[in-house]
Amino acid sequence: MSQLKRYQELNLGGNIERGGTAAEFKTGDWRSFKPVYHPENCIQCLFCWIYCPDSAVVLRDGQVTGFDLDHCKGCGICAQECPGKKKVKAITMEEEVR
Amino acid sequence: MSENQGRRIAAQTGNEAMAYAMKQINPDVVAAYPITPATEIVQIFAQYVADGQVKTEFVAVESEHSAMSACIGSAAAGARTMTGTSSQGLALMYEMCYIAVGLRLPIVMADVNRALSSPINIHCDHSDTMGMRDAGWIHLFSENAQEAYDNMIQAVRIAEHPEVQLPTVATTDGFIISHGMENVEHLADDEVQKFIGDYKPQYSILNVKKPITVGALNLQDYYFEHRRALADAQASALEVIKNVGREFGRISGRSYGLTEAYRLDDAEYAVVALGSTCGTARVVIDTLRAKGDKVGLLKIRSFRPFPKDEVMAALFNAKFVSVLDRSDSVGGYGGPVFTEVRSALYGQTRKPPVADFIYGLGGREIDMEMIEQVFLRMKDGQVKPDSVQYLGVRE
Repeated sequence: MSQLKRYQELNLGGNIERGGTAAEFKTGDWRSFKPVYHPENCIQCLFCWIYCPDSAVVLRDGQVTGFDLDHCKGCGICAQECPGKKKVKAITMEEEVR
Repeated sequence: MSENQGRRIAAQTGNEAMAYAMKQINPDVVAAYPITPATEIVQIFAQYVADGQVKTEFVAVESEHSAMSACIGSAAAGARTMTGTSSQGLALMYEMCYIAVGLRLPIVMADVNRALSSPINIHCDHSDTMGMRDAGWIHLFSENAQEAYDNMIQAVRIAEHPEVQLPTVATTDGFIISHGMENVEHLADDEVQKFIGDYKPQYSILNVKKPITVGALNLQDYYFEHRRALADAQASALEVIKNVGREFGRISGRSYGLTEAYRLDDAEYAVVALGSTCGTARVVIDTLRAKGDKVGLLKIRSFRPFPKDEVMAALFNAKFVSVLDRSDSVGGYGGPVFTEVRSALYGQTRKPPVADFIYGLGGREIDMEMIEQVFLRMKDGQVKPDSVQYLGVRE
């Protein structure tokens, strides 16, 4: 880490003069369950991407490809909302083994 | 906008005076929820909005917690933002009040001081704003409706000053000032606008050309530094409040400082008080002075920042000082004003003994006889130095 600043050197109110800084804070290690993607059951409805509170569903060319496990907190909303194919889920939650 | 209103004297209650000050300030956003005895402030202001007399965006919210939350969002967007509340309403805001300070958002609040439940009560004491005395808000007390009007206008300048950038609350005593009608002298609309000037926020979350992160996580590495900066902002406010008070005096004829001494120069016995009780104390002092008693008053207008140097300088010559506290720090050593005043004097070689009188909780009457008794008991040596007692309670 770079040299820590003295209080006199800080921005007013702790503001950081750029956006998107939450991406730098890795929250994935809070997880006790992780989402597992089963592409064969995925209809690409993107419900998981819409519902994810941590923007942790990764898309490539508009298609779900998996999860950003550095930021996924394992809430399970994606698996809950997933309609799957013929009632077989494309996302299931599995206990995290560390 | 209505046509420019010139100077005039109006018969107004404290609530009407504060609402009128808000009208002349014409803030960008007001978010508020009604509560006795402060309801009228935002009710009257909402009428100004409905009548098109201000350009303010009025946000009617579902609770005081939401009111302060909306104020924080609005102020973070760079809008001049105000609210009004009292008692339980302020208590519901407490959580967000600390956030407004940490984010350095110069929100201005009108609070009508009222007791906190339970037992449920709607009348005056200072427990509500004293409950957030450590939050970092600038805290100005008013003695009457005129001061309530004047404090609201000055609060905008104080809060937004680049060296301060702290939310500011101006208070009145519930019902005593909020519903008591007095002559209030108004500045002209353009004088108020010129005095407060345009607000130029350093940051705005709506400025897409300069994106910012607001409210980032600070752990063991930076939280302390951000809180440390607040102490400097409060210290800077001491000078800013005096300068703004002097400048306000130049246009209005009514100058303000951090404290106000009344017949204190040669006083042997002094009381220290906040708010409307100061007016009652002045009458008692005049009566006792006419009989030859050397008595005086130190009124504290700015409780945060606490003007310790002025308090020391004003009181060190007295033979005895009694603090009148309209709230109790239950289980502490006296009320909030006592602990500050006694602490300010403690390091001095020459210092008077100090005692605390906690009075007026839940609107219990404080009359001239009671204040006179405090002076006479000091004079007769009947008040024990360092003692804390309750005035006007059945015991």
